[in-house]
Amino acid sequence: MAAKTLTIDGQLVSAEENQTLLEAARDAQIPIPTLCHLDGVMDVGACRMCLVEIVGTPKLLPACVTKVQEGLEVRTNSERLQRYRRLLLELLFAERNHVCAVCVSNGHCELQDLATQHGMDHVRYAYQAPNLGVDLSHRLYGLDHNRCVLCTRCVRVCWYIEGAGTLNLAGRGTGSMIITDLNQPWADSDTCTACGKCVQACPTGALFYKGATVAEMERDRQKLEYIVTAREKKQWNV
Amino acid sequence: MKRHQFRQDALIEVLHKAQELFGFLDSDLMHYVARSLKLPTSRVYGVATFYHFFNLKPKGAHTCVVCMGTACYVKGADQVVAALEQCTGVRAGETTPDGKVSLATARCIGACGIAPAVVYDGVVTARQSPADALANVKGWLGHAA
Repeated sequence: MAAKTLTIDGQLVSAEENQTLLEAARDAQIPIPTLCHLDGVMDVGACRMCLVEIVGTPKLLPACVTKVQEGLEVRTNSERLQRYRRLLLELLFAERNHVCAVCVSNGHCELQDLATQHGMDHVRYAYQAPNLGVDLSHRLYGLDHNRCVLCTRCVRVCWYIEGAGTLNLAGRGTGSMIITDLNQPWADSDTCTACGKCVQACPTGALFYKGATVAEMERDRQKLEYIVTAREKKQWNV
Repeated sequence: MKRHQFRQDALIEVLHKAQELFGFLDSDLMHYVARSLKLPTSRVYGVATFYHFFNLKPKGAHTCVVCMGTACYVKGADQVVAALEQCTGVRAGETTPDGKVSLATARCIGACGIAPAVVYDGVVTARQSPADALANVKGWLGHAA
């Protein structure tokens, strides 16, 4: 496979032809913040956290779905990018009710971590404070729409890894919601296999194990990656 | 569905046809479409709710669409909507409980020259005042009683 050479933050990086900018940067130990990206699951470029600057292009491009090209000059951490990332986080926090102090994922939350890393200490926008309800009908898991950031990780693991397609996104714009089957209570879903991959995938406290209380919800991301790698590399064909 | 050879990417066409036949998409219908096209039901529901064209609830016997485009808005379409909402007791986008009248708003119907325009049961009517609109819709409601 042809190797491509590009510059990321002034560092020469060589990458394989079909790698994304995000993969190339991670191989070179250059961190790029992500939210909707999940190792092993198809990327959609929804959250815009991984936007990078490419010299010669006025637009910002999402690193997770942009393929490497020969001679690209990429900047991952300019003043402008940092400003936009903070802005994105503020909008995410303002959109729904992210109250860390009472959240099951407090301390293990990717949204919280990103906000800390980017020094987001206040929100300049009016909080929407929607009352979206919590689906506690499932016997094992709970879904709190108020903590959802609509990254669609759960939708993608459900469809591409588990193959059940129970979860999906309904509505549009600010009215978007994660739904199960025909927007029925999770317990009534006849496609859900209760595999729990969505709970493992969720970056915030929106999906949680029932019975978890404040700050108790820890996830084991490696589990998902392990399943996907084993399947793709056919490690289980014994 | 047969015409589209049960292709999964014909979902929108199938939903269009289904709505044309049944007037709206109820959950049994969406379930049937999902089963036939071998798609997750959640996907069908997601598509049906993403597009404004699809209705998940039955429409009223009569529909009244008020254009809320810039020209109509400047000419007082907001007052028309407010008057209609007060008269029917439902908000724009809803149907009266007796199923007689559906009230809706549109971004722009392209009839800015006759602003404010209101579409009664598919008939575009020019220069509507709140009083004109009420007279038209009251007829439908009165017909009900």
